[in-house]
Amino acid sequence: MSRSLRAVALFAVAALSLVGCGSGDTGASTEPTTTSESAAPAITGDVNVFAAASLTESFTQLGKDFEKAHPGVKVVFNFAGSSALATQINQGAPADVFASAAPKNMTDVTTTGAITGKPVTFVTNTLEIAVPAGNPAKITGLADFAKPDLKIALCAEQVPCGAAAKKVFQAAGITAAPDTLEQDVKAVLTKVQLDEVDAALVYRTDVKAAGDKVEGIEFPESDKAVNEYPIAVCAKAPNADGARAFVDYVLSDKGRDVLTKAGFGAP
Amino acid sequence: MTTRARARRGRLPVVLALPALVGLAFLVVPLAGLLVRAPWSTLGEQLFSGEVGQALTLSLVCASLATLVCLALGVPLAWLLARGDLPGRGVLRALVTVPLVLPPVVGGVALLLVLGRRGIVGQYLDQWFGISLPFTTAGVVLAEAFVAMPFLVISVEGALRGADVRYEEAAATLGASRWLTFRRVTLPSIAPGVVAGTVLCWARALGEFGATITFAGNFPGRTTTMPLAVYLALETDPGAAIVLSIVLLLLSVTVLVSLRDRWIATPT
Repeated sequence: MSRSLRAVALFAVAALSLVGCGSGDTGASTEPTTTSESAAPAITGDVNVFAAASLTESFTQLGKDFEKAHPGVKVVFNFAGSSALATQINQGAPADVFASAAPKNMTDVTTTGAITGKPVTFVTNTLEIAVPAGNPAKITGLADFAKPDLKIALCAEQVPCGAAAKKVFQAAGITAAPDTLEQDVKAVLTKVQLDEVDAALVYRTDVKAAGDKVEGIEFPESDKAVNEYPIAVCAKAPNADGARAFVDYVLSDKGRDVLTKAGFGAP
Repeated sequence: MTTRARARRGRLPVVLALPALVGLAFLVVPLAGLLVRAPWSTLGEQLFSGEVGQALTLSLVCASLATLVCLALGVPLAWLLARGDLPGRGVLRALVTVPLVLPPVVGGVALLLVLGRRGIVGQYLDQWFGISLPFTTAGVVLAEAFVAMPFLVISVEGALRGADVRYEEAAATLGASRWLTFRRVTLPSIAPGVVAGTVLCWARALGEFGATITFAGNFPGRTTTMPLAVYLALETDPGAAIVLSIVLLLLSVTVLVSLRDRWIATPT
């Protein structure tokens, strides 16, 4: 009994130390991918991509395309808020690629050395007004956000979409009267989809991803808060070759196509 | 009873003691981690910033109100489950415990679908009475009550099943009505279970996050309870999040410890 327990414990410790991106081993020398040393290394194995939640739909599509182009490779996604992902990477999570929804969260990992290469901005995203299908409250522009009798949802200032919202309201000289400050952009979108709020500010890509239940209204002040998305390969990427190939694919014309269709802007 | 209990203690077999210690460490070490990482130097100013006080007050008020709602509805429900002569009682009991296993966020969405302004019930509340529950403090209380009530019901139901029915029967033969019997005989005999359930319920309500933020949203002073404040602080200022967590931690430990003696000392 106690022996098998010890075996389990040893196995767990071994697995943990293998997985740790920030653990002591110096990456490349122990990687299985380094067996092929041709100019264009045949990539294999899993590529762990840590990507901002707003990239969920487009990156899932990109991952499928990438797997088709490279048989034998599996892209494993970890979608979450950029700041949560940055924390995970800094704590040694086994990430190969980090795609952040804001430069700030990328800086969080470059300052600790978890990413040493230069991050590349691959897309931009702007805010759009989201209203429930049919626009029941007849929202026409940003000025409607100041009306106290309307139900308004925004992101909290602490998260990127909330910071962007603050910027556009400042630029437009409008004092918004929100009823709720949600923890992330998807939570805001849920409130719109369920018709619990009359208007909200979300990213253009979220309006596209939401389908028929949400309508988007563009507004001129949106260019005051353009969100840049940087992408980079992790310094201790377990699958560095796979990571580079994936980043190249995201930056390729094919990748750009998928991202543009999802509503992202060119950098 | 006491001698038997003492005899049962004695030395614990190693097979049990070892995992017990690991279990204890697993639960306690993360808390110690919070204390180690706390920004003690700025603790004071963080604590007395207006936002923390506001969130703390709101948390205490909402958790207490939610507990009252749970008591008013949960004790009768527990009585129904324990004593009621119902077909399909097992199914009912399982349904009552659903909020225990349901991810709270899903619970929040469910509440929106029923009580939201376009919800099955909520649309009539809105049309007939002009009541809109999402994004209000009342919404926080409801979300917390929804998640916390099973803790009370399970605890009280257990106490009711363990209580000796003969006392109630004796009261009935002496002419007491069923309501009088419940108040004067049943309730005092299950008091420890009710207290335990109330404390668990309150503690669960105090820490509620998912259902609250989904159903009631997040607005300072109106619906931002401590757990919500912690979550958002984590985005920008992990130090502040730790301070808020420690406040929540101290509060629950104080309440649990102060009530524990009382509910254990009472005879079962």
